[in-house]
Amino acid sequence: MSPADLAIETHGLTKAFGRQTVVDELNLAVPRGSVFGFLGPNGSGKTTTIRMLLGLASASAGDIRLLGDPIPDAAAEVLPRVGALVEGPAFYPFLSGRANLRRFDSADRTASSSTRAARVDAALDRVGLSHAAGKAAHAYSLGMKQRLGLANALLTPRDLLILDEPTNGLDPQGTREVRTLIRSLADDGATVFVSSHLLAEIEQVCTHIAVMSAGRLVAQGSLDELRAEGTARVTVHTPDREQARGVLASLGLVPDHTRDDTVTAELPPGMLPETVTEALVLAGVRVRGLGVAGASLEDRFVALTGEGFDVAG
Amino acid sequence: MSRAETVPRRRSAGLALLGSELSVLFRRRRTWAMLAALAAVPVLIAVAVRLSSDGGGGGGPAFLGDITQNGLFVSLTGLVVSVPLFLPLTVGVVAGDTIAGEASLGTLRYLLVAPAGRVRLLLVKFAGAAAFCLAATLVMVLAGVAIGAALFPIGPVTLLSGDVVGIGGFALRAALFVAYVTLSLLGLSAIGLFISTLTTVPVGAMAATIVLSAVSQIVGALPQLEALHPWLFSHYWLGFADLMRNPIGFESFADNAVLQLGYIAVFSALAYGRFSTKDILS
Repeated sequence: MSPADLAIETHGLTKAFGRQTVVDELNLAVPRGSVFGFLGPNGSGKTTTIRMLLGLASASAGDIRLLGDPIPDAAAEVLPRVGALVEGPAFYPFLSGRANLRRFDSADRTASSSTRAARVDAALDRVGLSHAAGKAAHAYSLGMKQRLGLANALLTPRDLLILDEPTNGLDPQGTREVRTLIRSLADDGATVFVSSHLLAEIEQVCTHIAVMSAGRLVAQGSLDELRAEGTARVTVHTPDREQARGVLASLGLVPDHTRDDTVTAELPPGMLPETVTEALVLAGVRVRGLGVAGASLEDRFVALTGEGFDVAG
Repeated sequence: MSRAETVPRRRSAGLALLGSELSVLFRRRRTWAMLAALAAVPVLIAVAVRLSSDGGGGGGPAFLGDITQNGLFVSLTGLVVSVPLFLPLTVGVVAGDTIAGEASLGTLRYLLVAPAGRVRLLLVKFAGAAAFCLAATLVMVLAGVAIGAALFPIGPVTLLSGDVVGIGGFALRAALFVAYVTLSLLGLSAIGLFISTLTTVPVGAMAATIVLSAVSQIVGALPQLEALHPWLFSHYWLGFADLMRNPIGFESFADNAVLQLGYIAVFSALAYGRFSTKDILS
């Protein structure tokens, strides 16, 4: 993939605080137009990476290109085209939601002041906050603050959105709305880079995924590529359970899960499902059904990161 | 293909951020509370002098004895009394809060990502602190004139040189007073701005700035450290007597300006050095 096709590109990106390496030799490649899930347990270096991408923190080593331009050197030119939510929303508690957004918008020299009021209201409307726009931000609930943070990322048309844990603090309904929002942003042609420690929350919207673990990138690619790397499982529905186990074992499979009228086993790479069907039928096993399922991404990520996604790393 | 690239991106002069900074600063209740407290100083002085009926016999701060003859002196007395403590206190709060306050709220990262630009943000923050210095002194003078006119007779003003000037001549000198005191506080503002870039705890930056203003004045009061005196940012803080002569003496005004500009240059440079490369982790 040529560099021009990448919205975010890092080479050997490293961040060390003292002797502790928080981000270690990261080579990210985020294709333009993708919805890129950036996954990893809490403390795996996601937010530090995002801070470096946005020029908030300097890299100890390595380089970054955002929308084709180097960061931090070209930050002034690139960042107006990037909307960001970094480590949760932050606001002036004594200002209204609307006044907060106007404040942040006025910091962007490329944002026209003549359209500011209209753009702020449009952004508030897009995240469903119009009704609370005049309320002081300290009176906002966690979910409303999160929405206001998203509105801030949408103040001007963006080529790239970097959203750090956008569903934090949202109820299931709010989470679904964020997913819809991400989808609509992607439909408009923007690249969306979204971090999360919960795979389930973003799996449905992502086209690509990268997985961090302890500061390192342990997997990166399109959703299909990552699914293909996992091993498939075959499930046989049959009243002749014991007989089926025998047949699977004779094929070299290891039946590991038997319950009621089902037998399951890992399908070794290269073995076709129809080979299993044929062997079962030839052995006279009465087969009600046979299914093959890819490994769930969740299993895959637990395997990659060596821990559940809720565990602090 | 994407939306933003089709939109022409022109850079404005970026004055919107300055406007926003001033509006945020002067919309804060804290700012109003401090300005109200400063305005209370001349009111307190005027009421105390009025109740004790005759000027108190020549003791006390400059101009205090003149108040009963001419209410306009309340404004100047208020400033004289506040220069050593009250004004540095409020300036320390505002200047110490500049960067550290944004960092503690977490809004600093959103301003920088907007992108505000680090140098531009420092300039805007310093301008905001300077605007507060001006507002603080202006509020004190105006409150002093108002309460002085309400409680005492006002009329032509007898200067320290013995000349008498009308209300117009007094207004000119009061404006110079405001300019002088505002200027005096700019060095401290620059120090506060620098300290503010060092921490994410605004209260710490405020306290450190205020402590430094006290230290400077204590050193300035010790004759043993006389060699240091011309270098202290508080050295000319009370040197405004020349403004009350005829013709107006601008010598200490000029010396003060050079000193304050020096402090601004040094501490702005330090603030820039610190802030331009700082990792924003709050």
